[in-house]
Amino acid sequence: MPRGYAGKFLDIDLSKDKIKDTTFDDEILRNYVGGRGLAAKILWDRLGKKWEKVDPLGPENLFLALTGPLTAIHPGARICASGKSPQCNGIIGSTASAEFPSELKCAGYDGVIVSGKAKSPVYILVTDDKAEIMDAKHVWGKEAPETIKILTKEVRGLLEERNPNAGKFKDPGIIYCGPAGENRVRTAAVMMKISHAAGYGGYGAVMGSKNLKAIVAKGRKPLPDVASPGAVRLLWHEVDRQIMRRDRTWPGLWGTGYGGYTVGASSSSEPVRNWQDEWHDEKSFGGPKFDYRYWVKRYWSDFNCSGACMKLAVIKTGPYKGTFTDNPDYELEAYLGPNLGVFDPGECIYLSALVDYLGYSGINGPNTFAFAAELYQRGILTKDDLGFELKWGDVNAFEALARKIVKREGIGDVLAEGTYRAALKISEMKGVDVTKYAVHVKGVEIGAHGTRSGQDIRPAAYACSPQCGDHTSVVSDAYRDMGMVFLDSAVICSFVSGRGLLWDYYRAVTGWDTTQEEWNRTLGHRIIHIQRAALLLGGPDIVWDPAIHDDNPPRYYEPLPSGPYKGQTTDRKTVEEMKQEYYEAIGWDERGIPESEVLKKLGLEDVDKALDRLRK
Amino acid sequence: MSSEETVWIFRDYLRCSGCRRCEIACSLHHEGKMWPEASRIRVFMLVPGVEIPHLCAQCHDYPCVSACPVDALSVSDETIAVLVDKDKCISCGKCIDACPGKIPFLHPGDNKAVICDLCGGDPECVKICQEARFDALVSLKERRGRENLNRQLFAQTPEQLTEDVAINIFGEKAEELI
Repeated sequence: MPRGYAGKFLDIDLSKDKIKDTTFDDEILRNYVGGRGLAAKILWDRLGKKWEKVDPLGPENLFLALTGPLTAIHPGARICASGKSPQCNGIIGSTASAEFPSELKCAGYDGVIVSGKAKSPVYILVTDDKAEIMDAKHVWGKEAPETIKILTKEVRGLLEERNPNAGKFKDPGIIYCGPAGENRVRTAAVMMKISHAAGYGGYGAVMGSKNLKAIVAKGRKPLPDVASPGAVRLLWHEVDRQIMRRDRTWPGLWGTGYGGYTVGASSSSEPVRNWQDEWHDEKSFGGPKFDYRYWVKRYWSDFNCSGACMKLAVIKTGPYKGTFTDNPDYELEAYLGPNLGVFDPGECIYLSALVDYLGYSGINGPNTFAFAAELYQRGILTKDDLGFELKWGDVNAFEALARKIVKREGIGDVLAEGTYRAALKISEMKGVDVTKYAVHVKGVEIGAHGTRSGQDIRPAAYACSPQCGDHTSVVSDAYRDMGMVFLDSAVICSFVSGRGLLWDYYRAVTGWDTTQEEWNRTLGHRIIHIQRAALLLGGPDIVWDPAIHDDNPPRYYEPLPSGPYKGQTTDRKTVEEMKQEYYEAIGWDERGIPESEVLKKLGLEDVDKALDRLRK
Repeated sequence: MSSEETVWIFRDYLRCSGCRRCEIACSLHHEGKMWPEASRIRVFMLVPGVEIPHLCAQCHDYPCVSACPVDALSVSDETIAVLVDKDKCISCGKCIDACPGKIPFLHPGDNKAVICDLCGGDPECVKICQEARFDALVSLKERRGRENLNRQLFAQTPEQLTEDVAINIFGEKAEELI
């Protein structure tokens, strides 16, 4: 068994109440590592043959929560959620930080693979080398603070009862879905610790579709042994020193919570009113306004990370008194601020907390809210459709909308399908094409970073990515962009991934001889090809055509209406050129389909065979 | 540390980020591996955002030591920390019951009582916390032999401390969260 791994995975069939342990060959782990890479491999091996027929929200899909060998041992521990994505119908590796991943590894498991569907709401309790399926009827429907409170008390009580004399038990790690996930809202995230979301991919809805409210882990064993303990110890300190050498004002440490002003004002790449603009100069929305009025805790960390990019925000006065969540970070500042026409930090925190409590992805969910608001602005959706007016900046209206979608009431049922699917449906309902207002790439609503000003994300970076609208893992040259594939597979945070020390750390933990060169040229590519194949096969409801869908949303080709980059837009010709360059660099044909020869050389014969279904 | 002085670990719950690197540093020192559950300092987060580093407060009257039925616990002359004789410990949990903060616990591996030994006077948890500039843990030097009644005030249960810190952070809202 390679080092850095706990050594086994939980394999749970909720339909049959069956729990067993699963292992993977060393060769598979060396090639696919964990997290996103291993998720691609597991999903492909188990569902690849019938991929197009698998309903992401059906019992046949898998829900994966995977760590990697560096998780918890390297600063910045994360968990990677995956499965067939109900947003893009492909495979997305969606990661988030908290204590769940370290608890899981200390319990002796590198990940949890969940299939089937429970008859009634359940949660999975993982303790040392053991898992149990527990009743969750009492937490079903509960928002985040209540869910965490109930499960923490319940599990601590149970563990103290089972271990008399042993003393106080610490809180367990919990991943859960909110009411949004329970109701299979496709923009629902896998949540931890109130505000920590694995948002892209819609895996909260996959949990909900399985009647799986939560996975709770308490591990009492040590973290897995490493290959070179002395080296790991040195590196563990050195990575921290690197973090500390940076200025505490650097956003990765200080958090991205100052971005709500600067990304708009200086880069002109922040969504404003459903991306009708990307520039604003509202100083009232500046970092210090969040910081000094609301942040009661400026350094809030996750396991093994001194980066402390989170800040605890609490509203202590006024109509939103009692609201708390983190930061919000830049993405939620943008998506629940300017993108909804909200420019007041307190209102933004209130809405951020709301989407956190309800279990939305704070990017994907509010992207749909803004899409609906633009349709209201244009008179396409009316008060009759919505039950209320939906004006930009109206916090109460956006709250009502968020709750309506979660309950799937009326138009909420349509919008619960995510921006693109809702756009298709509303176009049909209203007899007017509204897909041009949908800001997504292949069903995944885009992160709060635009392409038009040329100051942020490269023009074809979303278009070719198997992670679609995910701003954290965009493509560049089929070499450097493998770095993020690695971090998502070793499952650690990109903000603290030790400059220049990452690969030494990896080798010292695992004992493998993998080099960055091998990863960037071979191992990473395998993962991308599998993700790409799954994405192109897609189904059952939507199939993507690279000629049409390997592209930015239409809005990204409209000229920016204001600001220093006024009139500028994404150049179609550049996008086309970059696309073809990327296809060639990664080994896809001019239609964007992975080439047979390339796949065979990488030993992906089965992927190649499956793609014959598209090549005809 | 001069022989005239001893060290006490001051803990500022409001400054604790919850990174738990103290747990890793402690377990690397005492167990030779990263083992959060065996760490002598344990960070509780019973309410998100409320992080409680929980470790022995070296009460002036050491109720745990007098409660031990087999004399497995003693007080170090050098550091004033409580020392556990693992060979004698019978895992009865009496030291935990006697502790006003229920701070000791049984080791997840050998099931023997675990209590902070101040790393012999140069605590690893403090060093790692200082390295990150959080200053949630600070080594205070105290004149040897001076009976400090304040220390025992920190020997509270995670639940009690959580309540206090939550009220400080959340105000009225805390009642709903705890």
